[in-house]
Amino acid sequence: MCGIAGIHLRDESLVPQLGSLMHAMVEGIEVRGPDSAGVAIYGDRERLPEDYSSVSVLNAPENLKELVSEKLPDADVTTEDFADTTFVRAKVKSVELSKVVAEVAPEAISIGTGDDSVVYKGVGNPLDLRETYRLADATGWQGVIHTRLATESAVDAEGAHPYTAGTGLSIVHNGSFANHATIRRELQDEGVEFNSENDTEVAARYIAYRMKEKGEDLHTAIEALSETFDGFYTLLVTTEDSFAVVRDEYACKPVIIAEHPQWVAMASEFQAIAHLPGIEDAKIFEPGPKKVYTWKR
Amino acid sequence: METLTQTTVEFDLAEKPVRELNQELHNPTATNYKVLNPRGEHSVAVGINDPIEVEIEGDVGYYCAGMHQHGTVTVNGMAGPGVAENMMSGTVHIKGHASQSAGATAHGGLLIIEGNASTRCGISLKGGDIVVKGNMGSKSAFMAQAGRIVVCGDAGEDIGDSIFEARLYIRGEVASLGADCVRKEMREEHREELVQLLKDAGMEEEANDEAYVDSFTRYGSARTLYNF
Repeated sequence: MCGIAGIHLRDESLVPQLGSLMHAMVEGIEVRGPDSAGVAIYGDRERLPEDYSSVSVLNAPENLKELVSEKLPDADVTTEDFADTTFVRAKVKSVELSKVVAEVAPEAISIGTGDDSVVYKGVGNPLDLRETYRLADATGWQGVIHTRLATESAVDAEGAHPYTAGTGLSIVHNGSFANHATIRRELQDEGVEFNSENDTEVAARYIAYRMKEKGEDLHTAIEALSETFDGFYTLLVTTEDSFAVVRDEYACKPVIIAEHPQWVAMASEFQAIAHLPGIEDAKIFEPGPKKVYTWKR
Repeated sequence: METLTQTTVEFDLAEKPVRELNQELHNPTATNYKVLNPRGEHSVAVGINDPIEVEIEGDVGYYCAGMHQHGTVTVNGMAGPGVAENMMSGTVHIKGHASQSAGATAHGGLLIIEGNASTRCGISLKGGDIVVKGNMGSKSAFMAQAGRIVVCGDAGEDIGDSIFEARLYIRGEVASLGADCVRKEMREEHREELVQLLKDAGMEEEANDEAYVDSFTRYGSARTLYNF
């Protein structure tokens, strides 16, 4: 069991409130995943000013800032720790920053790379971690939360969600995949690299691979995923312009979507979104089996 | 239960836990209860066994009014998965939408859902009645053995898969029927029971509107998958 929740704002006037809305959403899914929690925040200009990019890593060396600064002396490099995550920020494109981080700290595990997004994850109670992540202060146009109750691998930061691939693609998952090892091997044969044994990472890499190598859009890549992956899942997939939800064909992992002129939100349990402004006027529905729902900015 | 004089007790779930509420409802000291601030709590009003009336002011989580007997539970909000699961008798009335597995395995009683019911509504129904005023999700009435389900809106995929003797009355479109579930003739006795169910669900006007009643289609088992 895990809890997932996400919100995609359609109305710019709500951008300053993103964090406070997400902060309250955690309460509705905390009980579903008290082991660990992770978030992805899109469009927070204070955490990630324009022209800056972010790389989040686990297992960072203590002097990561100095190591990255040496390679990028003019890029205003900063680092900050959020639970198990070390967040690196610099005034370069994310492709360059992630390359530098991988080079100077090969032992560090990248958990997210973004030009408009930041990712934090770690072990601990979600109600504590939301304070560590300063979630209430976040701003932006889209946010994702995952609370984990580990079932198929250890309780550690590597097993926490979101899982990311490429720039800004984040995926959170409630459920488990049965054939992820096979798909992992197929992707590895195509040159895709992995940095955990987790099943959800395979889904993230698969979608990123389809989008990059096959030129598919997010919706089509997720449709391909639902044809290829076997197992039980409700997934929330987000990118730096989109928000997408899909469930397996039995649709047994709970999820509810609320669509409002000002926002779209989803959560494992209704109580996580019951506080959203205008919820009483929102169109509320449970997504159908094997149907892909996408919203684009 | 001793005969109680009509009294209403308020129970605020912001102040007391669900377990205390349910213990009170299992040995009721009043005829009517009003439950405040449920805020999506699970297992609210499970296991009622007396003719009491419980009104819940807000949204509830999983398994609300499960194993219900004799009483009436009204939810002025949404219900999470498994509402009125294994209900035996009495009435459970959801004013908003209900999540998956509403009325699963219900042996008796009436579940009324004013909004939509999600997937697996009435799964393995064993004699209870369900009236959904909105739409009903996929895989509903799977292996339903007895009882009736009325859907005033549309229904999703694989409705009534492997159904036994439950009867389905659906007014809108059905995305697809499951294995061994077929469209059936609406005879006078079916029309009568449909009218009664609509009345029981508070739809007097619709029940008296012949054109409305005529717009329903009956579905049930083709009886090719089971033999007794």
